[in-house]
Amino acid sequence: MEAIVLENISKRFGTVRANREISLVIHKGGIHAIVGENGAGKSTLTKIIYGMLSPDSGRMTLMGRPVRLSSPRQAIQAGIGMVHQHFMLIPDLTVAENIMLGDERSRIFAPLGIENTARNIAGVAEEHGMHIDPFARVGDLSVGEEQRVEILKLLYRNAEILILDEPTAVLTPTEVSQLFDALRSLRAAGKTVILITHKLDEVLRVSDTVSVMRRGRMVATRPTPEVTKSDLAQLMVGRNVLLRVRNPPETPGRTVLEVRGLTCRDARGGTRLSNLSFHIRAGEIYGIAGVEGNGQSELLSLLWGMRDEGMICSGSALLDGVSLLGKTPAEIGSLGVSHIPEDRLRHGVVPAYTISENMIFGRHREKMFHRFAGFDTNGVDDYTREMVRRYDIRCDTEADPPLSGLSGGNQQKVVLAREIGRPGLKLLMLAQPTRGVDIGAIETIHRKILETRDRGIAMLLVSAELDEIVALSSRIGCLYKGTIRHEFSTGEIREGRSREQEFQKEIGLHIT
Amino acid sequence: MLKKLLPLATPLLAVTAALLLSALFIFATGRDPVAIYGKMFAMTLGSDYGAGQIVFRATTLVLTGLAVAIPFKVRLFNIGGEGQALAGLLAAAAAGTALPEGTPPLLAITFCSAAAVFAGGSVGLFAGWLKVRHGVNEVISTIMLNFIVHAFVGYMLTWHMAVPSTVHTTEIIESAKLPMLDGLLGIWKKSPANMSVLFALAGSLLCYIVLFRTRTGYEVRAVGIRPEAARYAGIDARWHVLGAMAAGGALAGLAATNLVLGYKHYYEAGLSGGAGFLGIAVALLANAHPLWITASAFLFGFLEYGGLTVNAYVPKDIFMIVQAITILMILALPKLPLVKRLQGLLSPRSEP
Ligand SMILES: Nc1ncnc2c1ncn2[C@@H]1O[C@H](COP(=O)(O)OP(=O)(O)OP(=O)(O)O)[C@@H](O)[C@H]1O
Ligand SMILES: [Mg+2]
Repeated sequence: MEAIVLENISKRFGTVRANREISLVIHKGGIHAIVGENGAGKSTLTKIIYGMLSPDSGRMTLMGRPVRLSSPRQAIQAGIGMVHQHFMLIPDLTVAENIMLGDERSRIFAPLGIENTARNIAGVAEEHGMHIDPFARVGDLSVGEEQRVEILKLLYRNAEILILDEPTAVLTPTEVSQLFDALRSLRAAGKTVILITHKLDEVLRVSDTVSVMRRGRMVATRPTPEVTKSDLAQLMVGRNVLLRVRNPPETPGRTVLEVRGLTCRDARGGTRLSNLSFHIRAGEIYGIAGVEGNGQSELLSLLWGMRDEGMICSGSALLDGVSLLGKTPAEIGSLGVSHIPEDRLRHGVVPAYTISENMIFGRHREKMFHRFAGFDTNGVDDYTREMVRRYDIRCDTEADPPLSGLSGGNQQKVVLAREIGRPGLKLLMLAQPTRGVDIGAIETIHRKILETRDRGIAMLLVSAELDEIVALSSRIGCLYKGTIRHEFSTGEIREGRSREQEFQKEIGLHIT
Repeated sequence: MLKKLLPLATPLLAVTAALLLSALFIFATGRDPVAIYGKMFAMTLGSDYGAGQIVFRATTLVLTGLAVAIPFKVRLFNIGGEGQALAGLLAAAAAGTALPEGTPPLLAITFCSAAAVFAGGSVGLFAGWLKVRHGVNEVISTIMLNFIVHAFVGYMLTWHMAVPSTVHTTEIIESAKLPMLDGLLGIWKKSPANMSVLFALAGSLLCYIVLFRTRTGYEVRAVGIRPEAARYAGIDARWHVLGAMAAGGALAGLAATNLVLGYKHYYEAGLSGGAGFLGIAVALLANAHPLWITASAFLFGFLEYGGLTVNAYVPKDIFMIVQAITILMILALPKLPLVKRLQGLLSPRSEP
């Protein structure tokens, strides 16, 4: 039976045709993946299904009945739920309270019966293999657990169709497996799942059907067992994509960053970094492999001059002999350091600012953008146009719309372009550089990273994707409990690339 | 075109709705709303003197409105416009009496204005400092500073500065007085409208330019919209908090040019007339946009003086209710489903 039938759905934003005459059938009781380049129109399509956007034209049929949803509230009543990339939970309430919020199933003055509900929630969660304590405070949960709460929230509202927009981008590999188990279990219970992702392996692993979008059109819908990864890549991008870039040998120069004996204790006395030492030379990429929460974010914020309140640190971090500790982000940036934070859409941009305003955000102190007390708007526009071209950012530069009008992946590229383009760059710190971008863009970004390396720039790469670490790094430090537990040399990595699977397992041993 | 006008729709709708509701009130007090409104328009916009009164009131409100709007851009709610304005009024009066008679006008006016700006700015800056240094919530500190300044100004007036057996200070020197627009241009006969209206307009324009055309404004707005991202971009929010509070206080203080240098020529108890508080409403109505604040201030000036003109027929309190209803309407209207649907229809999503 068809859960959703879309006929000729179109949606425009100004001159951008985000969805063009899309027709699609989504079967009940299946997991339907949607893939496509950044800006292909995936999020737009799902937002239309969820009633957040209304289409300019086209029809939608839900469980055999024609519907017109004009708000998420109506969608939820019709049995459609969506998990957004940024969760909308209240940190100070418990899991059960968050789930019940806005849907208390009793009259206002009746007791909430939270005990009962909590038991129900725990029951439903267990049933689908999602372990969660209904009385835990949401603020204390990990990202993966928060996502479970969002899913449970939808189940509690009797959603029959669940839409997940890039749910795996923020998860660790174990959490991804757990999520997929839950999705399979939901499928077995007759629910329908629509899943957007950029990771083709995940599509093959979990979906029954896959649809490919390109530049606003639906170009193919196939049963998953009938396609291969390179078929999908070809359909998405329209050309052959290198799933792995060629990594020519590096020629490292002088030592640029020298971190020695870094030890940090947080306000509560817990050790976050312990006697951490490594160095990075010009023209090499130092990869940090590790499970999230072993000190990656502390290391990066420390090197970027953003020590948390109450954190006490000792040791040293020298950039060409100049200490970075105790300096402000502005000072560190002017020394020739760029930082691409992990959560770029929150920390790297101002969504209400235009593309060109974002293209100089954090670099707005540079003389080249200045004219009197304001900005040299023509200069900034030219620079933006150049970067948009070089990084293949899909947007309308002439109109220079607010950044929020760009697709998620294209927003990421703006940050990347800006930070790699910093003049006098010596050290580039990258956290999860390809999170949320499509495979074509991964190829472009990996090329840019290697190009930048070969310009003689030292790079610190933190990534949860072992493939990425192995493919790009000159040396790999295995971070465990705040210290580098093992380091792989350039020779070992070159040799390891020829037996990828085993090598990744070896790295895995050092980080758990 | 439609897109440009859309932001205007809500305030206009709110004002219209408020006037209609108020008509009901007037009707309920047993009078004919049409006649009352007719009289009100005739005596304000329809008369030279009335128009001048609106200009005079709007001048103060532009400045106290900006005093709220500027800190608002860095997510601070400055309730202290009243205290900052009071400090400015007293400082201007004191400066104007301290100068020797015969000081050249340009010098005298500059000196008095600077004193007012400095006094108001310091009060604002102090609240900013409390926030940055000790994390004191600015709403609380500015309210408390209102009390403190109010008491201090009262004390200074009664014990040190008042002309015996009056509640006002001695008059400022002749050359520190701002010319009346009546005398200068021959318009708005005998009304208190004076040259300081130019200061207010310049202030609003300057705020607009600084906020939207300079690098400082770029940073300030970023701090307001995305504080975390601003931090990563190396923008030190603390300086912007201090700057915005000081600028807000200074603008409120500048109201002294209108009330002291332009109108009364001395400080007297109650001179501010609550304009500092009304500034909050002015800023809200304009959505804290420095240019729209001018329009908003004129509307409130109109309501304020309009209420006075029909005082004999309808209690002035009715017009205070109109003002309050207008604000509530503005806050509530965009939330109504009907209005949302209207905006949806008007929004430019399906242009060919
Ligand atoms: N609110 C908006 N205003 C203007 N343009 C928009 C808006 N939302 C999306 N667009 C445009 O519509 C197109 C499709 O965007 P959409 O977010 O659907 O892409 P996507 O396939 O989800 O991409 P990604 O993988 O990067 O998330 C993009 O070109 C984007 O710039
Ligand atoms: Mg998207």
